[in-house]
Amino acid sequence: MTALSTITSGTTAPDDTTVLAVEGLRVSVRTDAGETTLVDGLSFALRRGETLAIAGESGSGKSITSLAVMGLLPPAVRVTGGTIRLKDTDLLSLPEGRMRSLRGDRVAMIFQEPMTSLNPVLTVGAQLVEAIRAHEPVSRGAARTRALEALKAVRLTQPEQRLDQYPHELSGGMRQRVMIAMALALRPEVLIADEPTTALDVTVQREVLDLLRDLQRDLGTAIILITHDMGVVAEMAGRVVVMRHGRMVETASTLDVFERPAADYTRDLLAAVPRIGRGKPRSSAIGEPVARLDDVVVRFPVRSGLFGRVTRQVHAVEHVSFDVRRGETFSLVGESGCGKSSIARAVVGLVPHQGRIEIAGTAFADLRPADQKALRRRVQIVFQDPMAALDPRMTVGDLVAEPLVIHRIGSPAERRARVADLFRHVGLSADQIDRYPHEFSGGQRQRICIARALALKPDLIIADESVSALDVSVQARVLDLLRALQTEFGIAILFISHDMAVVENISDRVAVMYLGQIVELGTRAQVFGDPRHPYTRRLIEAVPVPDPAHVRAPTVRLAGEVPSPVHPVGGGPARVRLVDVGGGHLVAE
Amino acid sequence: MTDVVAADAAPKPAGALVRLLRRKLALFGLALIVAVVAGAVFAPWLAPYDPNAQHFDGLTLEGAPVPPGGAFPLGTDLLGRDLLSRMLYGAQTSLIIGVVANGLALLIGTLVGVTAGWFRGAVGAALMRFTDLMMAFPALLLAICLAAIFSPSLWIVAMVIALVNWVQTARILYTETTSLAERDFIAAEKTLGAGTGRILWRHILPHLVPTIIVWGTLGISTTVLLEATLSFLGVGVQPPTPSWGNIIFENQTYFQAAPWLVFIPGAAILLLALAFNLVGDALRDVLDPTQRGRA
Repeated sequence: MTALSTITSGTTAPDDTTVLAVEGLRVSVRTDAGETTLVDGLSFALRRGETLAIAGESGSGKSITSLAVMGLLPPAVRVTGGTIRLKDTDLLSLPEGRMRSLRGDRVAMIFQEPMTSLNPVLTVGAQLVEAIRAHEPVSRGAARTRALEALKAVRLTQPEQRLDQYPHELSGGMRQRVMIAMALALRPEVLIADEPTTALDVTVQREVLDLLRDLQRDLGTAIILITHDMGVVAEMAGRVVVMRHGRMVETASTLDVFERPAADYTRDLLAAVPRIGRGKPRSSAIGEPVARLDDVVVRFPVRSGLFGRVTRQVHAVEHVSFDVRRGETFSLVGESGCGKSSIARAVVGLVPHQGRIEIAGTAFADLRPADQKALRRRVQIVFQDPMAALDPRMTVGDLVAEPLVIHRIGSPAERRARVADLFRHVGLSADQIDRYPHEFSGGQRQRICIARALALKPDLIIADESVSALDVSVQARVLDLLRALQTEFGIAILFISHDMAVVENISDRVAVMYLGQIVELGTRAQVFGDPRHPYTRRLIEAVPVPDPAHVRAPTVRLAGEVPSPVHPVGGGPARVRLVDVGGGHLVAE
Repeated sequence: MTDVVAADAAPKPAGALVRLLRRKLALFGLALIVAVVAGAVFAPWLAPYDPNAQHFDGLTLEGAPVPPGGAFPLGTDLLGRDLLSRMLYGAQTSLIIGVVANGLALLIGTLVGVTAGWFRGAVGAALMRFTDLMMAFPALLLAICLAAIFSPSLWIVAMVIALVNWVQTARILYTETTSLAERDFIAAEKTLGAGTGRILWRHILPHLVPTIIVWGTLGISTTVLLEATLSFLGVGVQPPTPSWGNIIFENQTYFQAAPWLVFIPGAAILLLALAFNLVGDALRDVLDPTQRGRA
């Protein structure tokens, strides 16, 4: 009856009771062209208290599988073969009414994006109470008590106040905790977690993963963890199902998959995973600075009141100075909201800033509008989501030629030749130039964006989370491409990322940002080999290690939230001072 | 620059037209539009009688209109005039209202909406507050005022309709433009150094085309009926000039006795709006490259 009050009463180890058995599952979608199979011949058994990871890249059918188990497939998609049994219940033959009462009660699910899965106009408490009362005939008061217990169980700070808050008042990590509390309040036998930490920062991801593991130990819930992140798999799962194109490629214990992968695909997948310590020192000649930032400040006004007076400001970037030199990769790393993207946007002139940003010795502010256009040629940006960054109504050939058209470079024939040349450089074939962006895969689209950035032969390319939205194997190939182009053209890259492992792999120098300020700056060896600032250490430690044998040193569980960057006008965060601790390694005091 | 645009654009219209004609519904809609336009243009030759002539045998002995059939294929109206002839001449008026006035309204709406949405700030605020003002103003009253100031004629009516009908388009395109302006690909264009004109013309406007088409086709029936309302109030097209709208309004009180007098012009308006709708829908799909190659 009391859901979570018995949490501490005992621990449950995986035993042999099979909770969920999927046998020969086949899911198809009906299209005009006939039936297409999305998942074919998938079988697995989930035991009590066990974590089973379903790993695979986008389009592998892992999310469809979870929706099939929940009975939540979209209208055109249906199960065309196989069985799904929850203990003795055949889920596929269950009528919708029975299925609904079972959802949440015996099988619960948490989604990737906690903001979209919570109702924005209801308080957290109301949603929890509703979820509990939908399945158990308890009074409103009793349900509220249980909701409070559930929030305490997921270690949310100030749980009493949280009950009366709305989802938008909580941070991403807190929202995902609420989702977990909601999922576990009814003590389901199976919890399906679909990319539960993908949208979260590394340090928050760490906390949520720890929490899931603790709750599982206490409640004995069987977890299906759907993820593309092999680091998360290694840390969480006992067994893994590796999927590709809707088929099971390999299934084994996590240890076996990582130590002795049987399938070629699994081997490739593991090889593509970025790991800290893989970065190789590069001997490329590093030249004069191509971009220099001096005391750059970016603030966004927050208007309020009847007359829209600026009462507060978001201090996105506070007194940041660094330079990027010809031929090097300079990385800015930090968690969401630390101001790294604001710097990128300030450098290309998309957001206003104070301080001085020089590109090849001149600042935008020094020039008349006509000359600014010429300066724009020297710095190009590649955005995170290539689909959003390409106009869907233009052919990719036109898109890549467009920078040349804007800057009136070459005749139409010359432009066409140049576009074909650029396509070859980024690994696309020239006969694809008359297609539209939606006809390409994510990795190919990012290549198109890179070709577009290269068209003007810039001195500096800013890669703003450019590989974050890509699958690991695609990510590895795009990173290889960037490196090859850098060597060939001697371009400087300002690489912006939240992924410590990727940054370690490709950077020459690294700056760690926290709340708009740089807290540590140095060469890759300095920052990763000898991290001095506690925040840098925390970031590095939080990265999931793709090695099941890795034993994580016990660290202090970090509670509490990142302070807000919003301050009243006139106020602001304390300015950090950087001190050289040797060899140009700057650390905040 | 111009030659590149021309080279890119040259093969597209042909392709788009062929793809448009391959759609049965679009073809049907296009045929209807062509028929109406032909009827209006060739009315002097096609019409069996003078549209304003009151025929002696156009009324029954009791003075009621003649039902369709015989000498008058679509019957006659209350004054004994031939309905077919009036419908053909009326198509001229209705087409001018539905296409010209409505097109003008779309043009003003697009200009105001896109300008306000792109520039925001003081310009945008001023334009949108003016739009709100126009929205709050009773359209009919404004139309009556304008028509009263200028002496009523077809072109004044068209202008009046254009001046009251652009507000919805402006409002909707304003919202769409503001959200488009925030999209990454527009930011990407800015970092490439693209000018405002290029961004608006090549990257914003194409994305607004579907909305403009939908509003344009919806506007046709509304404007045709608004013209009828104005005519009914005496500030529109002056009698005896026929229009589809005023045929309905003149005869609606005798709906029970002579239903064809309301039914036939009503069906004509409906079919014209439907035809533009079908063509518009097809055009929207054909012009959207993201729909190409989809199963």
